[in-house]
Amino acid sequence: MQFSRRDAPFVTPSQSVPVIMQQVLFALIPAALAHVWYFGFGFVLNLLVAAIFCAAGEYFMLRLRKRAIEQFLYDYSAMVTAALIAFALPSLTPWWVTATASLFAIVVAKHLYGGLGFNIFNPAMAGYVVVLVAFPLDLNLWTAPRMGDLDYHYLTFSEIARYTLTGTFPDYLSFDAISRATPLDSVKSGLVGMQTFQELQTLPMMGDFGGRGWEWIGNFTAMGGGWLLLRKIIRWQIPLGVFAGLLLPAGIMYLLQPGIHASPGFYLFSGGTILCAFFIATDPVSAATSDRGRLVYGFGIGFLIYAIRRWGSYADGVAFAVLLMNMATPAIDYLTRPRIVGHVKDERKT
Amino acid sequence: MTDLILILIGTVLVNNFVLVRFLGLCPFMGVSKNIEAAAGMSMATAFVLTLSSAASYLLHEYVLLPLQLEYLRTIAFILVIAASVQFTELMVRRLSPLLDQVLGIFIPLIATNCAVLGVAILNVQEAKGFVQSVFFGFGAALGFALVLIMFAAIRERLDASDVPLSFRGTAIALMTAGIMSLAFMGFSGMARM
Repeated sequence: MQFSRRDAPFVTPSQSVPVIMQQVLFALIPAALAHVWYFGFGFVLNLLVAAIFCAAGEYFMLRLRKRAIEQFLYDYSAMVTAALIAFALPSLTPWWVTATASLFAIVVAKHLYGGLGFNIFNPAMAGYVVVLVAFPLDLNLWTAPRMGDLDYHYLTFSEIARYTLTGTFPDYLSFDAISRATPLDSVKSGLVGMQTFQELQTLPMMGDFGGRGWEWIGNFTAMGGGWLLLRKIIRWQIPLGVFAGLLLPAGIMYLLQPGIHASPGFYLFSGGTILCAFFIATDPVSAATSDRGRLVYGFGIGFLIYAIRRWGSYADGVAFAVLLMNMATPAIDYLTRPRIVGHVKDERKT
Repeated sequence: MTDLILILIGTVLVNNFVLVRFLGLCPFMGVSKNIEAAAGMSMATAFVLTLSSAASYLLHEYVLLPLQLEYLRTIAFILVIAASVQFTELMVRRLSPLLDQVLGIFIPLIATNCAVLGVAILNVQEAKGFVQSVFFGFGAALGFALVLIMFAAIRERLDASDVPLSFRGTAIALMTAGIMSLAFMGFSGMARM
């Protein structure tokens, strides 16, 4: 069996796994605050449920596999998974949906593959895709972001807690009164229904580039991501690749036919693009390991996000795009082994 | 031209024969232990699939339909497929003894690859033209090759992973195939004709 087993160079030798994971969690704080501001306390409840079940799954699997519980349970990697799941889910999610996602992420996608450092698929995205396929209705229930609309009922804490625990609303509330199509949903169905993108941009839910609220969450996420870049916890190749892979096709299509395609700015600032570029795609275990490989990997994710949003039936393609490129990662690593790329002569000299 | 591209995207990604239609799982599990064998198998299957979808289309259109023998379709297609597998085996043995050694037993396995028969029957059911049929077969083979090679690369990595004992080998491979299939659901809705 001949293949390279380089350690991911995301990690400078002086930094250990818990330190890195802690810093990733710190970097997510601005985005989390923005998320709570725009979508309410549901995010905190989801985070709590996800954290409990991720930790429980981790503990359970470590015991079953007879591994050092202290070392792995306190490395915060399960907490990063929990945080990413909480970001992916709508702020109103019944606890069993979050629990399913968390347990699948930790037990199946992480520990059955050998635990931290061996997982082929990004655990959080694998868990999210499972609940997206298994509970499609629950994952459609996005509330409107808080933007001071007077006619919209913003949920109180007890209403949110009740929904998270029981999956039901009080009698005076209904599913339809609360849920709002996300900007990605409305633009997709609007474009299919022969409306032009310029018409769709005048909808009240649309902001300067993406959806209202969403674009601010994006900005705060990018702040955290930029901090990670500065601290060299993540490298620039993957975010650049994701943005290029998304914006190039989106930009070309928009320039060719601005009416029937959404603008690149819209795709950048809606859904999970920015979170994906800085936090999800950069998972050091499931991403490609060489520099060139990372560019290809990031570009592939960006392009698949665009393709799924534009032509697929799912509104956002981040999770699918990440999983699809995860499964291509071993092949990308195999094909971008440095010695294949014109380094053959150098290697012979040395 | 557009419909040919759509056929390719449709068969490679959206209705991938392995991960969405669940055809051809035996070689998918059997020949995915290392990348070289997977690549060889992909090429052989691509050759057989393209050849057999062309041959079965011609057979159906110019022999079975005029003689009103459609009920012999399955048997006739199996014959055509067996013949093209034999042909491929001879070719591989003559042209590349090395590949013959690597693939060995697996080339006859193509004859029992249900994806090959599936392509032939789907072609007839959806009443495509000759060129479309050939592209359908070729696209199915491309999709098969794509997932087979990715899967082989994943399995090589899994061999070095700390997978729990009871999940080593086929068990974790099947779970991986399941997650891959989930990921391929992301393509649903694309390339509608």
